[in-house]
Amino acid sequence: MSDERRNPVIAPGHTFATVTDKISAIVLTRKTPTHWLIPFAVASTLLMVFLWAVTYLFVRGVGIYGVKIPVGWGWDITNFVWWIGIGHAGTLISAILLLLHQTWRNSINRFAEAMTLFAVACAGMYPVLHLGRPWLFYWLFPYPNTMGIQPQFRSPLVWDVFAVSTYATVSLLFWYVGLIPDLATLRDRAKNHAARIIYGILAMGWRGAASHWQKYETASLLLAGIATPLVISVHTVVSFDFTVGIVPGWHSTIFPPYFVAGAIYSGFAMVLVLAIPLRAMYGLADMITPRHLDNCAKVMLATALIVAYSYVFEAFIAWYSGNPFEMYAIWNRMTGPYWPQYWLLIFCNLIFPQVLWLRKIRTSAFWLFIVSIDVLVGMWLERYVIIVVSLHRDFLPAAWGMYSGSIWDKATFLGTIGLFFFLFFLFIRSLPVISIFEVRTLLPEADVTEGVEK
Amino acid sequence: MKTPIYGLMAEFDNPTALASAARRAREQGYRKLEAYSPFPIEEVNEALGQHQNRLPLLVLIGGIVGGITGYLLQYYVAVVHYPLNIGGRPVHSWPSFVIVTFEMTILFAALTTVLGLLGLCGLPMPYHPVFNVPRFALASRNRFFLCIEAADPLFDRFQTADFLTGLEPREVSEVAH
Repeated sequence: MSDERRNPVIAPGHTFATVTDKISAIVLTRKTPTHWLIPFAVASTLLMVFLWAVTYLFVRGVGIYGVKIPVGWGWDITNFVWWIGIGHAGTLISAILLLLHQTWRNSINRFAEAMTLFAVACAGMYPVLHLGRPWLFYWLFPYPNTMGIQPQFRSPLVWDVFAVSTYATVSLLFWYVGLIPDLATLRDRAKNHAARIIYGILAMGWRGAASHWQKYETASLLLAGIATPLVISVHTVVSFDFTVGIVPGWHSTIFPPYFVAGAIYSGFAMVLVLAIPLRAMYGLADMITPRHLDNCAKVMLATALIVAYSYVFEAFIAWYSGNPFEMYAIWNRMTGPYWPQYWLLIFCNLIFPQVLWLRKIRTSAFWLFIVSIDVLVGMWLERYVIIVVSLHRDFLPAAWGMYSGSIWDKATFLGTIGLFFFLFFLFIRSLPVISIFEVRTLLPEADVTEGVEK
Repeated sequence: MKTPIYGLMAEFDNPTALASAARRAREQGYRKLEAYSPFPIEEVNEALGQHQNRLPLLVLIGGIVGGITGYLLQYYVAVVHYPLNIGGRPVHSWPSFVIVTFEMTILFAALTTVLGLLGLCGLPMPYHPVFNVPRFALASRNRFFLCIEAADPLFDRFQTADFLTGLEPREVSEVAH
């Protein structure tokens, strides 16, 4: 409890009125602040890069990417796994921490869920773009067609289609249900007529009736209970894309938990990368407090240790298996042509984040930002090493090859970063970044003080 | 039967006042009443005797339907419609159907949760009389409202107003249709 008093979840002095006004003012102000316009302009520019790269891909075909046999998956699938992993922290915060009664999550769940949604949007594009004929992506779904063919349900790639599309749908539903009471607040507080109508339509006539709140709470818990196994399953299925194959370095039973931990690791890093500038820009440090940063850092440290264990065991099992191909795959990662990427990933994911053991680092916004960027780089390298380095030398030396991403791979990656921040800044300007009604429940005045039963 | 007004509404400052007002109104015998608050308050639901909730059952059914749909879809595609003979392996290879079955269970359960929530709450609802009270806009900010509806058998425009005033609200107002 002493920690509770020293580091409250919401800074003292707030009331229902002040939290409502403060959070809704970010959206309802007529003035668009410069600290919003500048990053939005940068993100829009990068979005143009994305559109340019994708248009060129559609015109010229997948040959513009660096992929060539034996390396058929390169930056594209690396980016897919990286983005979808980032999304996982949002669902963890909104669903798993809700079930565990971690009330501190109430002020970070909204933008973390938005982050999930936009990260999944970025992720979902890569498998489609690298198809060769992206406009035929709908062939992945089973539907009656004149060609008389159907997807192969024994393939992890088809499982992936179902897992990712379900994940995107459920994340959107969860996010929208969470938004309904806040949309009603915006509807009631907006001065602009058009804004009132738009928020009014989106709020669907929500009026905060007690009987509705009761069903709403049940629905939130049910959605959290549904989303929890889902989020675990999504990265598990993503890891099946690799483990089901027989390529040395891929064919490993440790992958599902290892991938899920890595996903949460990078996701929390992205949460911090978004939260730290956000609280500084909009003066939200009284709602996204040092306690939140500290807790996120602790989750990062815990998942860093799980990931570290996986790296060690991946190498140990390769040696212990006695399989020369497995042994070579790990040896090649450490000492082969891609050794800088491997050792940089070890430094970024294992060694540097150990500074999180220090309380001083965990409560310093500046240092946490640096560590988070480092983790995002490290987790990208991890996927690159798993995908590219395993593929480039498999069984027969005659079939070995080298890979490097082309300018178009890099432009597309930069472009999805632009798309992500473009969507995120639009979200900041048009919807409440912090869940207003859930923050109200954190205030001391939200408690019913005398026994109603008497 | 059309009543002249929708009901009477009392405005309170804090959740404790709302919960005790709701309890006293129930004790007085009112049954057609509803509380409005800016966040969920369990004690108010208890005071109003709102316990029934069919949503979990609906979601269970939705999930089961989704799982069966997912499995049958794959069975139909892989066994009946488009069987692929790969080295003579069985076409009904159920272990590889588990994942899509699971995902479809989740998808249907989530869709049922959201549609069920909206359906049980009667949303979207473009018009509702409570919004005719100008101060009701604060129900989504920092005020707590208790509305006794005119459809209640005990409702009397003046006696009920007196009763609500006795609960020491900030204000009692009539809710037009």
